[in-house]
Amino acid sequence: MNFPEKLKYTKDHEWIRVEGDVGYIGITEYAQGELGDIVFVELPAIGKKVEFSQAFGTVEAVKAVSDLYSPVSGEVLEVNKKIQDSPELVNKDPYEQGWMIKVKIEKASELDSLMNVDAYKKLVAK
Amino acid sequence: MKRTPFYEIHRQLGAKIVPFGGFEMPVQYSSIIEEHKAVRSGVGVFDVSHMGEFTVKGKNALAFLQRVTVNDVAKLIPGQAQYSAMCYDNAGIVDDLLVYKIANNHFMVVVNASNIDKDFQWMKGHLMPDVELRDDSDSIALLAIQGPKSQSTLQKLTPVNLSSLQYYHFTQGSVGGVEMIISRTGYTGELGFEIYFPVAHAEKIWKAVFEAGKEFGIAPVGLGARDTLRLEMGFCLYGNDIDQTTNTLEAGLGWITKINKGDFIGKPVLEKAKAEGLGRKLVGIVIEEKAFPRHGYTIQSNGTSIGSVTSGTFSPSLEKGIALGYVTAASASVGYPLQIDVRGKAVPGKVAALPFLKK
Repeated sequence: MNFPEKLKYTKDHEWIRVEGDVGYIGITEYAQGELGDIVFVELPAIGKKVEFSQAFGTVEAVKAVSDLYSPVSGEVLEVNKKIQDSPELVNKDPYEQGWMIKVKIEKASELDSLMNVDAYKKLVAK
Repeated sequence: MKRTPFYEIHRQLGAKIVPFGGFEMPVQYSSIIEEHKAVRSGVGVFDVSHMGEFTVKGKNALAFLQRVTVNDVAKLIPGQAQYSAMCYDNAGIVDDLLVYKIANNHFMVVVNASNIDKDFQWMKGHLMPDVELRDDSDSIALLAIQGPKSQSTLQKLTPVNLSSLQYYHFTQGSVGGVEMIISRTGYTGELGFEIYFPVAHAEKIWKAVFEAGKEFGIAPVGLGARDTLRLEMGFCLYGNDIDQTTNTLEAGLGWITKINKGDFIGKPVLEKAKAEGLGRKLVGIVIEEKAFPRHGYTIQSNGTSIGSVTSGTFSPSLEKGIALGYVTAASASVGYPLQIDVRGKAVPGKVAALPFLKK
C-alpha cells in the first residue's frame, strides 16, 4: 500500500499535505480500500471553518458511511469539485486527484500531533 | 468461525473476508459495483455454501412441512422448489427458506447460515412420527451462478437441457462429471442457477465453471454485491428485513402465506392480523437526493417518525439510494412522500413499487 512520506496522517485515516499556510486534506489508500466503492462525498461549503479532529464531511461507500475528521483547524478555501461528479477518484487516486478540501491553516502547532508516515504505517499494520 | 470449502480459493483471489452467519465469507473480490454489474450484464458466481441444507424424509414428511412452513407444500411436484418461511406461534419469523421436493416423501430444506442450528432445533421440536430430519449442511457445497450468461456458461458443463428448466424448478444431473442438484433459482433477479454438490468436488467444480464462463467475463461475486443485487429486487434478508419480531404479512410475504392450506404454526395469529388489518408494512423507498439510507435510520412523515429502514444502499444499477423499511400502513402506498433521517438531515424520498429494478 502506498503512503507518501511528505504527508501527515490522522488515526482516522485522513492525510494532510502542507504547502506553506495551506493544507490539502484527503483520505488514505488504506481508508479507501476499507470503505470500498465510494459513491458520494459530502464536503463543507467554501469559507466554512473546520476544527481539529472534528467531522467536516462524510464519505458514502456502497455499503458504509464514514465521517471525515479534519487534521487541522482552519477555513475552507476550496473543495474538490471533481470528486463530487466522480467520487471513484478517491478510490483510484486518493492522494492526488482524490483530495477533498484545501484549508487555510489556523494553528500550525496542531500538525505536530499528527502521525508521520512510519507511525501511520504501524497503525494500519495492526 | 466456520469456513466453506472455497475459502482457500477466496483467499487466493484476494477477497476481503468478513464474518457472516458464523462463517468467514468473501464480502468483495474487486469492487462491489464491478461485481454487481458483472451479474447484471454477464455472469457472476457466488459461494453460498454457508447456507444450510436439511433432508426431510418419510411417510409424514409432507404433513410435517405443511405444519412448520407457511407456504402450501402440497402444491409442489417432484423437481419443483418453493420459497417459504417458518413462523413461531406468535407469527414472528423463525427463518425464510426454500423447500425442494426431491420425490414423494423426500424434501430438501435450504435455510440461512446464521439460523442453521436454531432452525434445526425448531424443526426437531415439532417433529412428527415417521419423519427423518437430517442436517446435511457440512457436506454440501453450493454455488450460485447468476446473470444473463449463466445458462450459456453452465450448459457447457452438463448434458441437461437447461433451457427447459423453468424458474423454481430443479433437476438432478451431471455438471463437470459430478452428479448434483441443478436448480433454476437465485437471489439476484437475473437468469440464474444454484448447484448443490458434495464438498469433496468444490475446487474441481469452481475451476470448471470459471473456465466455462471465461468468454463471458465470469467474475466471483461477494456478499457485498449479493446484498445490492437482492435489494434492487426488493428481496428480504433475514436479520434485516424479517426476523422474530415481524410476520410474513407485514413483510410483504402474503404471497407465500397460504392461510387456507390447513393448520400450520403461526396461522391463528396471521389469520387474526389479516382480518384486523396490518399496522405496518415493509415498503420500498427511493431517495431523491444524493444521500443513502442505511439500516436503522428513522423514516419520517412531516416530522413524525413512521418507521425505520431495515436495509438500505446505493443502487449500482439505478445510481441512487434505495431502501426497505417498515412504515405505518397509512403511509405504505406507492408514491407516498416521506423523509429519511440521514444523520440529522431529513432527506426526501417516496414509497416505490418493488422491484426497484424493472426487468
